[in-house]
Amino acid sequence: MAQKKGGKSAASDDPEELARMPLQAVLLADTFNLKFRPITLERPKVLLPLVNTPMIDYTLAWLVSVGVEEVFLFCCAHAEQVKEYIGNSHWGQSHAGFSITTIESNFSMSAGDALRFIEGKNVIRGDFILITGDTISNMSLTEALQAHKDRRKKDPDTVMTMFVKRSKPMPLTHQTRLGNDEIMMAIDPETKQLLYYEDRFDSSKRAVTLDKSLLADNASLYLRTDLEDCCIDICSPEVLTIFLDNFDYQHLRRHFVKGLLHDDIMGKKIYTHEIDSSYTARVDNYRSYDTISKDIIQRWSFPLVPDVLYAGNRAQMRLQREGIYKAPDVTLSPSVRIGAFTAIGSGTIIGENSSVSNSVIGELCTIGRNVSIDGCYIWDSVTIEDGCRLSHSIVCDGVHLHTGATLEPGVILSFKVEVGQNITVPAYSKVSLLPQPSKQDSDEELEYADTNSGVIDSPSIASISPANIEHDHVSSFDTEQSVLLEGGLSGVGYIWTSCETGNEEEWRYSVAPIPVEKLKEFYAKMFDEDESSSDGEQTGITHSGELISESKSTDFDDSDGEYKGDVSKFEKEVEETFERALGGVAEENVQLEINSLRMSFNVTHAECAGAVFQSVIKSAIIASNSSKSNLLKATIDAIERSKGLLSYFITNVDEEIEVILKFEEMCMEITREFAPIFSSVLHQLYDKEVITEDAILKWESEKADADESDKVFVKQSEAFLKWLKEAPEEDDEDE
Amino acid sequence: MPDVSDFILKLQRRRIEGSHATARQTAELLRSVISQTRMPYTNQAAALLDAVRAVGEQLIAANPVELAVGNIVRRVLHIIREEDLSSSAVSFEGLMISEKSDDEDDADHKGGPVLSAAAVAAAARSTLRPRSLQTLLEDGPLPAAPSKSSSAGDSEGKSKSDKSAVGKRLKHSVIEAINLLIEEIDDCYEDISEQAVEHIHQNEVILTLGRSKTVKEFLYAAKQKNRSFRVFVAEGAPRYQGHVLAKELIQKGLETTVITDSAIFAMISRVNMVIVGAHAIMANGGVIAPVGMNMLALAAQRHAVPFVVVAGSHKLCPLYPHNPEVLLNELKSPSDLIDFGEFSDCMDFGAHGGAPLMHVVNPTFDYVPPNLVSLFITDTGGHNAAHMYKLIADYYSADDLVIKRKSTSSN
Repeated sequence: MAQKKGGKSAASDDPEELARMPLQAVLLADTFNLKFRPITLERPKVLLPLVNTPMIDYTLAWLVSVGVEEVFLFCCAHAEQVKEYIGNSHWGQSHAGFSITTIESNFSMSAGDALRFIEGKNVIRGDFILITGDTISNMSLTEALQAHKDRRKKDPDTVMTMFVKRSKPMPLTHQTRLGNDEIMMAIDPETKQLLYYEDRFDSSKRAVTLDKSLLADNASLYLRTDLEDCCIDICSPEVLTIFLDNFDYQHLRRHFVKGLLHDDIMGKKIYTHEIDSSYTARVDNYRSYDTISKDIIQRWSFPLVPDVLYAGNRAQMRLQREGIYKAPDVTLSPSVRIGAFTAIGSGTIIGENSSVSNSVIGELCTIGRNVSIDGCYIWDSVTIEDGCRLSHSIVCDGVHLHTGATLEPGVILSFKVEVGQNITVPAYSKVSLLPQPSKQDSDEELEYADTNSGVIDSPSIASISPANIEHDHVSSFDTEQSVLLEGGLSGVGYIWTSCETGNEEEWRYSVAPIPVEKLKEFYAKMFDEDESSSDGEQTGITHSGELISESKSTDFDDSDGEYKGDVSKFEKEVEETFERALGGVAEENVQLEINSLRMSFNVTHAECAGAVFQSVIKSAIIASNSSKSNLLKATIDAIERSKGLLSYFITNVDEEIEVILKFEEMCMEITREFAPIFSSVLHQLYDKEVITEDAILKWESEKADADESDKVFVKQSEAFLKWLKEAPEEDDEDE
Repeated sequence: MPDVSDFILKLQRRRIEGSHATARQTAELLRSVISQTRMPYTNQAAALLDAVRAVGEQLIAANPVELAVGNIVRRVLHIIREEDLSSSAVSFEGLMISEKSDDEDDADHKGGPVLSAAAVAAAARSTLRPRSLQTLLEDGPLPAAPSKSSSAGDSEGKSKSDKSAVGKRLKHSVIEAINLLIEEIDDCYEDISEQAVEHIHQNEVILTLGRSKTVKEFLYAAKQKNRSFRVFVAEGAPRYQGHVLAKELIQKGLETTVITDSAIFAMISRVNMVIVGAHAIMANGGVIAPVGMNMLALAAQRHAVPFVVVAGSHKLCPLYPHNPEVLLNELKSPSDLIDFGEFSDCMDFGAHGGAPLMHVVNPTFDYVPPNLVSLFITDTGGHNAAHMYKLIADYYSADDLVIKRKSTSSN
C-alpha cells in the first residue's frame, strides 16, 4: 500500500503530468442518511426537484461550468432510477461537455464505503473534486484548484482543500440558516490550514476546549464559528487510500476530517478555501431545502435560476415582477393572487380566488378554487381540490388533497398520498403510502430500499384503485402499528412517527419557519441571561461607587458578573473559618486566614468586618442552644471571646457602621431571635469598645430619614442613644 | 447537428458574453447550418429559410436576453430572401453571373454588362425594402424597374428551369453574403471609430458610463487623430466595468477621471458630450443599455448635453420594446451588491414567518426612451432616433420579425 501511494504521489508531482490530467469529479448520488425520509424511500434524494429541477442537475451544471471533464457518479440507493434519469437526460450525451460514468454499489452504507469502492475501481488518476449530488453552487474553481496544486507541489502531505463560506449562525437557535449545527473551525491565518474541526459545536456554552498542542504549535490561530461547510472538496488521490487504510472511516467530516486532524503520525494536512461572493449550499435537511429554494428564487445561485436553461431539459420559466416565475402555459384564473417569490411550472391550472405566495408549484398540477398556499413546495401532477389550506409543507408527486383539507406547517406528504375531505394534517407530520420501517432497519436506508424496491417500482400501486389501497392498509394497520390517516373514505397513507430526531427537535429541521412561540422562548431565555448579567453589572457599579475611596478595589469592575454570589460565598467561608477558630486555632492564624479570604474573594474591608461580626453572632446562637434567656449572655460571651478578632477587622467608623447595619439586617432576616435584645447587644458592643460612640450616632443620623419600618431598632435603642448623647462630657472627663 | 446543440448549451449557460461575440458566433453557426442543408429541387429558398428558422428559434429561446442572436438570425433570413430574388431575377434575364453579392459597392465597381444584372438585383432588393430616400437615390438609373422585375421575379420563382444550377448558386451566394455579414460585424469597431473625429473636438470633456468596447475604440480613434480631450468615466455599479475602462484609456494616454454613478448629475454641467455603448437598439430608437444609463440620459437632457449612442449594426433590433416577446432585462445574482456572508443573518428564512424582509434586486439593463437620445452612431453613419425604423427596414424583412410563429405555421 505504501509503495502504491508513493508511486502515485511521485507521478502527480510531475508538473506536466498535472497539466494534462483531465479534471475528475466524484459525485455521490446518495447522502447516506435518513433526513429526507419518507420521500427518499421512493425516489433518491438527488432526483428530488428543487424549484422544479432535480437537484443533481444543479450539481452537474456546476461541474460542467468549472471544466470538469470526467464525472464518476456513485449511485447506491435507487441506483436504477438515477441511471435511468442520467441516461434520458442530455447529461449522458456526447455534447454535454463531460463524460459521465456511473458506478453502482449496493453494499455501501456511507461515504467512506463509497470512496473505498471507487478506490477499488482504480479510476481516479489525479486530484479530483468530491461533491454530493445535492449541492448547489456557482463558484469558480480555478483559483482554489491552482492553490491546491501549488500546495501539493510544496508539500505532498496536502490531501484536501475544503471549501468554506461565511454565514452567520442564528444567535437564537444556534443553527445556521441551512438548519445545520454550528461549526467551529480553527484555521491558520497564514496558510489557511485547517487545524481543528468541530461540527457539533455549541456556542451557547460560550466555551471551547482545544488541545494544548494546538495553541503551542501555532503562532496564530483563527477560531471561527461564522463559517459554513460547503461540502465541496478538492481531494488528492491519497484520500481514497486513507479511506482504504482506515476501514472504520464512514462519515467524511466526522471521521475522515477529524481523524486526520487528530492523527499526528500521518501528518496529512487539510486546507480551507473561503469563497466570498459566490453561492454554495447543500440540501441537507428540509430546512435547507426551504432556504435554498428561496435563495434560488432570489437568484443568489445565478445563472442556476429557473429562467435560465442551464440544464436544458425542463421547460423554461419567465421571470416577472416581484420574483414571480411562470412557465408560459400556466392557466390562472383572473382572480388568482400570486404573491412575491413564487414559481409555477408549466401546465399547472389554478382556479378562482386562490392565493399562492412564497411557494413553488410543479408541472401539471390542478389547483381548485379558494385554495390558499403559503410557503409550500408542491411537486408535479398534484391535485388540490377547492378550499384547501396549505402552509409551509412539501407535497410530492401525485398527491391528492380532497375538498377542504388543511396542511399545517411542516407537513411532508410523500408520493401519491391522499388526504380526505376536511381533514387537518397536524403540524410536522410525515405521511407516506409506505409504512414506516421498524426500528432496526431504519438505520440502513439502503437495505430497506433494496428489499422494498420491487414494491416501490412496480406499477401495481398506481393501478390499484384508492379503495383497494386503503383496504390493504387497513388490514396492515394492526400489524404495522402505524396510524392510518383518518381520511374517511378517501384518505390513503400512513402517518410516520418521528424516530430519528425527537419530536421536540422537529421544528429545527422542518420546512416550516421556526414557530413564533419557539423564537419567543429562545428570546426569553437569551433575555434572561442578558438580564442577569446586566444585574450583575449594576450591582458591580454601585458597589464600586461606594468604594471609590478604597484603593485596593482597582480591578473590581472586571468581576462584576459574579459579584453578588461572591459576597455570600465569602461570608460562608468566613463563618467556617470562624467555627474552626472556636475549635482552638490561634487568633493570628484566623486573622491571616480571613484576610487571605478577603483578598481572594476581592471584597472590601467593611464587608469583611460585617462577615466576621455575623460569624460571631451566629456562634452565639449556637452557644445559647436557642433558649432566649441564655441568648444575651451567650452573645456577650461570644463578643468577649472574639473581641481581638473583631477589633482587628473593625478599624474605622465606616466599618463600624457596616457592622451595625449588618446586625440590623440579621435581626430582621436570618436571626430574628436577636431582635428583642438589639439595644442590649449594641450596648455591649459599645462597652467592649468594638463600636465607638461616633459610629452609633452616625448610624442613627443615617437612619433618621428612613422608613418607619426601618426605624424599629433605632427606636428600640432610643434610651441607649439618649444616654450616649448625654454622656460625652463624662467620657471626656474620664479620659 | 452537434455545433448547434453545443452553441445552444453555451447560450443557455450564459457562457458567451457580449453581443459582439454572440453575433459573430451566431452568424458563423448559421453559415455552417446553411452549408449543411440539403437542397431540394423546388422551392430552395423556402428550405433554407425553414432550416435557419428552426435553428434560430432554438437559439433565441436559449438566451432571450441576448437580442443579438435574434438580430443575426433575422439578418440571415433577410439575406436568403434577397439572394433568392436576385438570383431568380438573374436566371430570368438569362445572364449567368457567377459572382453575386449583397453589397451595393460591388454593383458600382462592375462594368457595363454586369450593370444590368446588378440593377435587376437592386430592383429586386427594393421590393423587400420600403421606399426611402436612400433607396430611391440608389436605384436612380432605373426608376421603372422595381414594379416590373419584382412581379417577374415572383412568377419566376415558381417556374424555375435550371433548378440545380440556381440552387447551388443560391447557397453559394447566401454563404458569401453571410461572410460579408461576419466581416461587417468584425469591422464595426473600425467603421464606427472612423467617425470619431467628426464628433469629438479639441479640449472637449466626454462622459461615459461603464465599459463598452465600441466606446473605447471610438475614444482611441479620436486620440490617434491627435485630438486632445478629457474623459469622465462613471464606474458603472455594481459591476464596476468603468474602472477597467479607465485603466485601458490611461494606457492610451487619455486624461481620465473616474467618478461614481451618483456623481453624474454633479459633473454633467462640465461635460460637452455623453458617449455610451448599448446592449441593443430597438426599432423605435429606444436603447437597452447597462443599468444606470437612463439616469445618465436624463441628466444629459437636463443640461442639454448631447447623448450619443455608439453601436454596431448587429445591435439593431427590429422589435419594439413593448413587444411581449422581448425580454428586456436580466436579474443577476445579488452577490454583486452585497456580501452573502455579511448579510446571511438578514436572510434567514427560519424566522419572520418564512419570508425574509430583505430583498436584493440586481438588474442588468436600463431602457432609455428614444427622445433622450440625440444621435446614434452605427457603422453606416450617424442617425436620428426617429430614423431608426428606416435603418431597420434596410437590414430586415418584415416577414421575419416574429420567427416563432412563422416556423410553426410552416411546419
